[in-house]
Amino acid sequence: MPTLLTFPKGGVHPPEAKGLTAGLAIETMPLPAELELVLGQHIGAPCSPTVTRKDEVTEGQVVGTVTKGLGVPLHAPAAGTVSALGVSAHPMRVTTPSITIKTNREIAPVQYSRQEWQGLNREELLQRVQNGGVIGVGGAGFPSHVKLSPPPNNPIDTLILNGAECEPYITADHRQMVEKSAEIVEGAQVILKILGISNCQIGIENNKPDAIAAMTEAAAKLSTPQAQVTVRPMQVKYPQGSEKQLIQAVTGRKVPGLALPSAVGVVVHNVSTARAIYDAVVLGKPLYEKVMTISGKGIARPANLLVKVGTRVSDIVAHLGGVTPQLAKIVMGGPMMGFAISTLDIPVTKTTSSVLFLAEDEIDTSEHSQCIRCGWCIEACPMGLEPKEVGIYVEAGRAQDTGQFGVFECFECGCCAYVCPAKRPLVQFVRLAKMKAKR
Amino acid sequence: MIAISQQEPEAPEVAAPRGIWKVSVSPHVKSDESVAKIMWTVVACLVPPLILSVFIFGIQTLIITAISVASCVGVEYVTQKSLGRKVTIGDGSAVITGILIAFIIPPGVNYLLPVLGAVMAIYIGKHLLGGIGYNIFNPALLARAFLMATFPVAMTSAWLPPLQDLAIFSYLGTSIDAVATATPLAVLKTQGMAAFTQQFGAAPNVYTNFFLGWRPGCIGETSGLFILLGGCYLLYRRYITWHIPVTVLGAIALLSWIFGGSGYFAGDPLLAVLSGGALLGAFFMANDYVTCPTGRKAQLIYGLGVGALTVLIRLKGGYPEGICYAILLMNPVSSVLDNWLKPERFAPVQGGA
Ligand code: SF4
Ligand code: SF4
Repeated sequence: MPTLLTFPKGGVHPPEAKGLTAGLAIETMPLPAELELVLGQHIGAPCSPTVTRKDEVTEGQVVGTVTKGLGVPLHAPAAGTVSALGVSAHPMRVTTPSITIKTNREIAPVQYSRQEWQGLNREELLQRVQNGGVIGVGGAGFPSHVKLSPPPNNPIDTLILNGAECEPYITADHRQMVEKSAEIVEGAQVILKILGISNCQIGIENNKPDAIAAMTEAAAKLSTPQAQVTVRPMQVKYPQGSEKQLIQAVTGRKVPGLALPSAVGVVVHNVSTARAIYDAVVLGKPLYEKVMTISGKGIARPANLLVKVGTRVSDIVAHLGGVTPQLAKIVMGGPMMGFAISTLDIPVTKTTSSVLFLAEDEIDTSEHSQCIRCGWCIEACPMGLEPKEVGIYVEAGRAQDTGQFGVFECFECGCCAYVCPAKRPLVQFVRLAKMKAKR
Repeated sequence: MIAISQQEPEAPEVAAPRGIWKVSVSPHVKSDESVAKIMWTVVACLVPPLILSVFIFGIQTLIITAISVASCVGVEYVTQKSLGRKVTIGDGSAVITGILIAFIIPPGVNYLLPVLGAVMAIYIGKHLLGGIGYNIFNPALLARAFLMATFPVAMTSAWLPPLQDLAIFSYLGTSIDAVATATPLAVLKTQGMAAFTQQFGAAPNVYTNFFLGWRPGCIGETSGLFILLGGCYLLYRRYITWHIPVTVLGAIALLSWIFGGSGYFAGDPLLAVLSGGALLGAFFMANDYVTCPTGRKAQLIYGLGVGALTVLIRLKGGYPEGICYAILLMNPVSSVLDNWLKPERFAPVQGGA
């Protein structure tokens, strides 16, 4: 085993809890009766609908486009009829505009076949990525074609694929790396061609030996001198999958504050985004399906599911046999950075990688107390910040004076709050500080 | 006949009523450490030296400690109630203060002293200065400083010679004046090395006795062995780090070796570390979370400062032992050091500072 990479400062080791789903093959969820397509799937302007009520749509048809600014089109995940242009519940924005499609289960799903892509040039490939509606499915949902067009003054030499999947419970990327390794590697090669470079490094945490083996094999088989893909095993440490920490672990380079990875010659994509790019470019299949992990003691049957974008959480729950009586909290995303939700009516978007149904004994419910100045939060912060100071200032009503502590460098990874023995809600304090402090 | 109910197994509950689930800001999982767990672990680490003290100085060490702990917990309860704050006596921190106050007073004192010490430590030192996390000075050390100022005679003379035959009740009811002795550091300071050797023996016996705890001294400070065991356990649990204990003891050993003898480099570093409250202070008081710096670099400087001041007071000050005052003197420097040696930011935003 080569030496395991990691980032040097901070980080925590929460219980991995991946065993519930790590061994479960990806299962395709049957098409639900209705899909709710949120128009704002990604950072930037939301899509405007290109269909109206009662329109018939086919699988893969464009139903929303972006007229101005950054963005990618939105596609119908299945054939059916548009039943409403309304609003949907949203974990962060409360409600958000959406298109509801009544699906038609009679119509057979579209079959996609391999298309030649090696002969296409950079612009044509980018166009396919954009037309395929591909966004960064692992995180904030940045349109991928934009990320693949870095500013020309920063020469890029390395593509990093993020296979860290450092959040507990989630195994969606893990399973895709095991089951779709060749697709991911080929997706990486498409990206390399777009970027005009030859070096791709895939960072995978060491707790996924089967993924490392499968990806290493696929990389060895498909690598060419022009498109070399290397798997780099990494230590298990949260937040290894955070962009800045990952880049430092793999290349040793530090991305400066507020800068993009391109500033140090790197472009980072998630492994599942690489797969979406493969689908869009090699198969011509737009991004309208999502591999998700549904886990926790609060769901009857944990699973890794392939679902249509727009599937409601309630349909997923019904498919998996319902919730268990222990259910205490539902989290969209991982337990470290995800959002707690209070309704099952929320539809899945392109960036939802998991829904966790957590029992009382899986979550923290303790009350917080005064800071004892143990300094553990400072030790745990990967960004070298002083979360305890931010907390003390916010509690003292001095949130506006917290700029000095670099609150805008905080990416809310939650390491500080995880380790705090006084159980202080440090991420909440930082969020309040960000609202009040001057940049 | 027994009626058998023919109930269908209940269908899985899908649409549970809205809003019954908890909603809060991430992270949704937290480590299983807590303030109470840390504090009670520290208490557990202080129990072996406490039990040993009974065999060294007699049962009254246990009585003094019990009075001190009960007073601290009681004062904390009353103070928090009267200030309208949440009562946190369950978190163990008042218990630690109680044990530590007892540990740093002589074993022959009047039982009133720990009570007064508790009032000073908890009411004034802890709560009037802001409550846990905000107090600048270590409460137990404040209590000792206060007792030194108000009961200077008792605090500097109520020393008992160690028991030789485990007769733990022998000092009960006897007049302290009849048996009182002097601490090794006091003998060394006022009478010199010859008297010290005559009274406490020469190496290696003296090291063994001091390491085990069989020497005059404060209740809980004498057993180097048991204090080290507790300290190592806290290191192992990662509740403390090496930075402060090592620098404090290192500075004491080095400076005592250089300046502690009749000429330069003639002092006895091992004896310096095993004497007085050096070990107890280094592992259980100098690194008190609340009053020491939080940054590692700051902790190194702080530890060196405590060690250096300790030796300075021992050799040049008015008292034979100095670690308590050394820590109290360094306490307010903590925040200065922390402000000066901030952690290195990963990606500082230009102009954001
Ligand atoms: S949430 Fe922010 S302050 Fe806390 S550890 Fe992460 S980056 Fe640091
Ligand atoms: S971890 Fe919690 S208690 Fe410790 S210094 Fe940070 S905020 Fe304070």
